[in-house]
Amino acid sequence: MTDTGLVRSGASVTDFVLRRRGRKKRDWTDWLTYLYLLIGMVIMFTPVLWVVVSSFKTPANLTEFPPTLLPYAAETIMVDGYDNPLPLFDVVTQSGETVRLAQLRRVGIQAQMVDPANPTERITVPVANATPVRQVYLAFENYTNLLEGSGGQIWRHVFNSLFITVVATIITLVMNSMAAFALSKYRFRGSNVALVSILATLMIPATVVLVPTYMIVAQLGLVGNLWGVILPTVATPTGVFLLRQYMLTIPDELIEAARMDHASEWRIFWRIILPLSSPALAVVAIFSILSRWNDFLLPLVVLTRRESYTLQLALASFQTEYGIRYEILLAMTTLTALPLAFAFIFLQRYITSGIASTGIK
Amino acid sequence: MSVRTQFASSAAVILALPARLIEPFMSGVQKLVGIKRMPWVFLAPNLTAVVLFALLPVFINIFYSVSGSDRLYPWDRPLVGGANYQTLFDCGNYFDPSTCSRDLFWRALGNTMVFVPIQVVCMIVVALLTALCLNRDIRGRGFFRGIFFFPVMLSPVVVALTWQWILQRNGALNGLISYVGLTPVNWLVFPNTAFFWSVFITVWAHMGFYTIILLAGLQAIPRDVYEAARMDSATPTRVFFKITLPLLKPVLLVVFILAVIRSVQTFDELYVLTGGGPGSATMLMVQYIYEVGFASQPRNFGLAAAASLLLGLALLIFTGIQMRISRGGNND
Repeated sequence: MTDTGLVRSGASVTDFVLRRRGRKKRDWTDWLTYLYLLIGMVIMFTPVLWVVVSSFKTPANLTEFPPTLLPYAAETIMVDGYDNPLPLFDVVTQSGETVRLAQLRRVGIQAQMVDPANPTERITVPVANATPVRQVYLAFENYTNLLEGSGGQIWRHVFNSLFITVVATIITLVMNSMAAFALSKYRFRGSNVALVSILATLMIPATVVLVPTYMIVAQLGLVGNLWGVILPTVATPTGVFLLRQYMLTIPDELIEAARMDHASEWRIFWRIILPLSSPALAVVAIFSILSRWNDFLLPLVVLTRRESYTLQLALASFQTEYGIRYEILLAMTTLTALPLAFAFIFLQRYITSGIASTGIK
Repeated sequence: MSVRTQFASSAAVILALPARLIEPFMSGVQKLVGIKRMPWVFLAPNLTAVVLFALLPVFINIFYSVSGSDRLYPWDRPLVGGANYQTLFDCGNYFDPSTCSRDLFWRALGNTMVFVPIQVVCMIVVALLTALCLNRDIRGRGFFRGIFFFPVMLSPVVVALTWQWILQRNGALNGLISYVGLTPVNWLVFPNTAFFWSVFITVWAHMGFYTIILLAGLQAIPRDVYEAARMDSATPTRVFFKITLPLLKPVLLVVFILAVIRSVQTFDELYVLTGGGPGSATMLMVQYIYEVGFASQPRNFGLAAAASLLLGLALLIFTGIQMRISRGGNND
């Protein structure tokens, strides 16, 4: 079974649902299954899709209630004698016909309009008789405003998040694989103590030791520093566990042969064991990237200065910064979610196999 | 070039440069300490981090909980004995938080006690149903699995903001409701609806994780058992209760423990979604620890540490009981 994660576009939905299981008759449980899955798909996917669609709406379009399904913007027109483009309205005149006029200004329940073809003559129209002319319009300026607004502040946060994610993941991989190598390929006194003390940390949730962790970070002088978020998270017991399980399956003869050739222990680890463990390393790396990119509580406590904020912190505190500019916030939400969504499409199989194996053993 | 080789090669490039420098250094270390002690050299970095950021903090936490003042460093803090615990437990009536000197603690505790069972039960029921559906002979299994798993990838902040956007006064949900002809509701303004959505959203965000584990468990059940059941023309419900559920029990137990441990520690989503409000209706234990230790002035590290120790202790006892029960169950 291949998971492309995509529906073949050739098959229509009805065709897709009506296919039969093998040569057996379809029974009611099949219908129930598909119904459940389709409802589930709507509940799981529409919220995210809605945020993406909303992020392309103009501020005016966002405040409408009920919200429009697609992003719309008022159509405007340049009229001779006016510097700015004027919004177009369909106006029902007293005689009952509809004409298209451009609005100059609105005063209470009256609006002053002009006929674009005849810009000198002003017409006063009751607002109730005018409906704005609209077209579907993707407001990409939300994204450009986000990326260029407030001096490109967003790039600072992107960099912080990337730095933490990349550096923490590399350190995690190296440190965990070193420990796993020692615990899987050597017999020495105290190996059980080491293993138990590493696995015991599984029982210590990070939230429970938040205060002392903060104290140690402060003592190291790393409050407000990205390293203060990186260091407490690098020794992941699950990573050691996964890698150790995998390295146990690598035959010891390889190591013996390398020792015959006078290879140093580090060389054996780096040149033989590590490359052979790449599937397990990939799983650990994916998990590390995921959790470091999404971390919230530790950065919230440790990163006190605005310029050291990660993307997540910036996103969570964004609302108090400009009042709430929803169009920018939605664009930022979309951009924060996208990298992982893309990564996920490519790495789905690794993630699911990793979760399944750690969860069961 | 496949994703895997790309991943491997880029990692190789990043790691190759320092590696060149490490190799001579490490062989020098080996000459110095001898091959017998090399495993400790390999363990050193990880053990240092584990001791510094996991084991040591537990003991420091105990010290914090029996010392007072708002000073951060332990050597500046006077010992106060059990005063922090006394403050937390100083109540006129344990079932009425408003009679307590630290009423927020009791409200957070009460909320957590209600939130965790409801959320865990919903989570496991939904995840099990989904896993059962995905385990059937269906078309597009990979696609559906991806759809259900997708929210697990999103950050808690993104999840919270997404739902905030949908639930707000002029949001999509109220739009749908008014389209059907009902009156819109301020979902996050009333304690009960805010609580409902807290449960719903956390289940929405994390169920994919448990679905994957349960699906792997279901796929590990040998097919011939089901074949035999089909020969005996057993009904689907009977097959589920007599075969699937008993064989899935160990996996379900793992899922249950994981779900409880994570549920008790729920913080990120609710902090962004409601900030613990309205009032303190969705404030859970971890948020209380955060508020009392980091967000409010003066910072009361002693109370935060005492509360987090109690939380850790509760989790430890729960896991212990679970393990004991499961071990007893396996001997039958």
